[in-house]
Amino acid sequence: MAHDSHDAHDSHVYVPEIAVDREGKEHVVQGWQGDYEGGKLGFWLFMLTEVMMFGAMFLALTYYYTLHQQDFLIASASLNRWLGGFNTVVLLFSALTMGLGLLKMRHGDVKGAKLMIWTTILLALVFLGVKAVEWTAEYHHGIFLGLDALQSGNEHSKPFGQILFFGMYFTMTGLHGFHIIIGIGLMLWLLKRINAQKVTPDHNILHFNIALYWDLVHLIWVFVFPYFYMIGAGDIAGGVVHGH
Amino acid sequence: MGKSYFDETHCAIGHPKSTFMQWMLTVDHKRIGIMYAVVMFTFFFVAVAAALTMRFELFSPGQQYIEAQTFNQAFTLHGVIMIFMFIIPGIPAVFGNIVMPLMIGAKDVSFPRLNWFTFWLYIFGCIVALTSLFNFNISEGEVLFKFADTGWTFYAPYSLNTDTNVITTLVAGFILGMASILTGLNFLVTIHRLRAPGMEFFKMPLFVWGIYATAWIQLLATPVVGITLVLAILEKYFGIGIFDPSKGGDPVLFQHLFWIYSHPAVYLMILPAFGIMSEIIPAFSRREIFGYRTIALSSASIAGIGYLVWGHHLYTSGMSDTAKVIFSFLTFFVAIPTGIKFYDWIATMYKGKIILATPMLWALGTIITFAVGGLTGVTIAMVGADIHLQDTYYTIAHFHYAMLGGVVFLLFAGMHYWFPLVFGKMYNETHAKIAFALNFIGFNVLWFPMFIAGYMGMPRRYFDYLPEFQIYHQISFIGALIFVTGLIYMFTVLIRATKNGKPCGPNPWNATTLEWHLPSSPPPLENHTKVPYVDFRPYEYHHGQPVVKFDENMRRID
Repeated sequence: MAHDSHDAHDSHVYVPEIAVDREGKEHVVQGWQGDYEGGKLGFWLFMLTEVMMFGAMFLALTYYYTLHQQDFLIASASLNRWLGGFNTVVLLFSALTMGLGLLKMRHGDVKGAKLMIWTTILLALVFLGVKAVEWTAEYHHGIFLGLDALQSGNEHSKPFGQILFFGMYFTMTGLHGFHIIIGIGLMLWLLKRINAQKVTPDHNILHFNIALYWDLVHLIWVFVFPYFYMIGAGDIAGGVVHGH
Repeated sequence: MGKSYFDETHCAIGHPKSTFMQWMLTVDHKRIGIMYAVVMFTFFFVAVAAALTMRFELFSPGQQYIEAQTFNQAFTLHGVIMIFMFIIPGIPAVFGNIVMPLMIGAKDVSFPRLNWFTFWLYIFGCIVALTSLFNFNISEGEVLFKFADTGWTFYAPYSLNTDTNVITTLVAGFILGMASILTGLNFLVTIHRLRAPGMEFFKMPLFVWGIYATAWIQLLATPVVGITLVLAILEKYFGIGIFDPSKGGDPVLFQHLFWIYSHPAVYLMILPAFGIMSEIIPAFSRREIFGYRTIALSSASIAGIGYLVWGHHLYTSGMSDTAKVIFSFLTFFVAIPTGIKFYDWIATMYKGKIILATPMLWALGTIITFAVGGLTGVTIAMVGADIHLQDTYYTIAHFHYAMLGGVVFLLFAGMHYWFPLVFGKMYNETHAKIAFALNFIGFNVLWFPMFIAGYMGMPRRYFDYLPEFQIYHQISFIGALIFVTGLIYMFTVLIRATKNGKPCGPNPWNATTLEWHLPSSPPPLENHTKVPYVDFRPYEYHHGQPVVKFDENMRRID
């Protein structure tokens, strides 16, 4: 019959082991328990996979841009830069609040840290709200995945380059939005862990990693925004009706 | 006799009393490795059955047992299972989990719970893949075999048009890819953080080097195929246009993105296998490995160069001539570090006291089969030759010589090498050697004729063929029967040994690396009770005897 070593498992109290070399010198053995550096390294590596994922999509996007430059510029001009730009500011500001929250946590201000996380969640929701307004407007202008304008071979069909532009636009902003939603979930979880005192000023790896995640999410947007919204000609308000 | 990891375990959630739940929830890297092995080999035999079905069908020209469409689904099933469920988790999931932490003196991997989660993600991916097998038409009471018929590569635009269950298979591929990424991530952090004190990178056993190089490929290449599969799903559901020529999309882009991962993936499979070879050769030659650093660095450089050769899959798909030449050159270039390894292994054996135990037999067999697989790979890396051979049995034979004769043979070698470590018991060596002979002969009879058939123009993936190719298919068929017999024989020998094998102690092979210096056999739950200080190289032999010895507190006493 098996038994569990309850104490070692539950409390994660870890007494580092010592290895002794031939001269009798003692060396601390690194355990996996409470390995702050390891936790950081792991999450940085995970961020690399995200970069590769979005990188592949940027690669595809760049390839199609070289094939259909004019169409891309026209399609880009029809996006609403006020809304996109506003969202960029919102997201950058949320990165600031997230970072301040981590600083507060490290300095022992748990209450301030929680306030900052709530602010970040609020900003993330604003971002999603603006996104919803944008997509709805585009839908009403007949531009959405599955609508005639983005299908081939009918009277509303856009040229190839614009179909590809909008296909990638909805894919990439959609996947980015998905990351925002995941981020909100992570922050709510983080708040729960803080309330349960599992995340504390001395043990903040989870907070650190979620802040890192949020930085990546806004970093991706910083590339997505200019690539889709700013390459085109036309005035700043854009709007799909006025496409050239 | 202390308790082993079979008697006690740590669990991800709670402290279940039942043995079954303790296995399901275990975070112990050794148990997780064993569970991977069980699931993987189950699927392996399913895929073998699919292959055998195709061999039966191909016994003579024309239709025998199955329809052409079923044949297409059979080779897709064979490919999807073998690639995504068997060989990609492969050696890292089994021996990376079981042995790597032991080799570096760690108590577990860096994130044991993530490891548990990863295993279940893998299972979930397998289940999703299984759901794509059939469509159930409840009202008509029909069960339709609707597995994808695209081949495991899912090339657009056909994969976008076929009405088989491609989407579920793509989802499964994505989930299995996630599992692979997380495994690699876990191992990278483990190798960076948890090495025993004193163990620098150049004091790690070479299997750990193989796992390390592999983990980087898992981490950096898998996301690319992950997103490619997602894009293909979005294309099929929403028509985003990216791979659809009727909307200006480029199907060849799918091939590029697919192979950016899937070519490095074959190095992901072979590098840990080379690592196993580098463990076995010195242990059974009783000699320090020749050119330790060159083997370690060649793993790293194969991982690096292997990232830049994907274009050789697209010679016939439409690509600029300049690109073809560059990809061809880079592909030749990969053969150099691989060749270095081979010469190092052979030089290690030179003047060694070679012991022909079963693991060594498998390793020596692999030197032959992988040499054939590797060198034929160089021939089809040439643009001109490849235009002729690309879609023929030649490529099939090359691939199976490299993957089955390389990766899987070395996986078997590792199974025989580490079996006594994992179970604390020894299998019957005589039977295991007979099984090896059957496998080795069967393998060559099965695949060698395909080189000739392919060279003469037998196209791959065909349901039917011209009568002049019949003789090759029939020889292959006989080889397949011998090979399958050998496989069943081998697994019977090993499975019986888990029950009836003789206890063999912690170090039956007299090997030098740390996993053979555990306090008991099978190992206890948290591995080394005392972690040694590593101020020695991994394979130090003098006059055929291990140099480094430890007392019961793992302090050196030599």
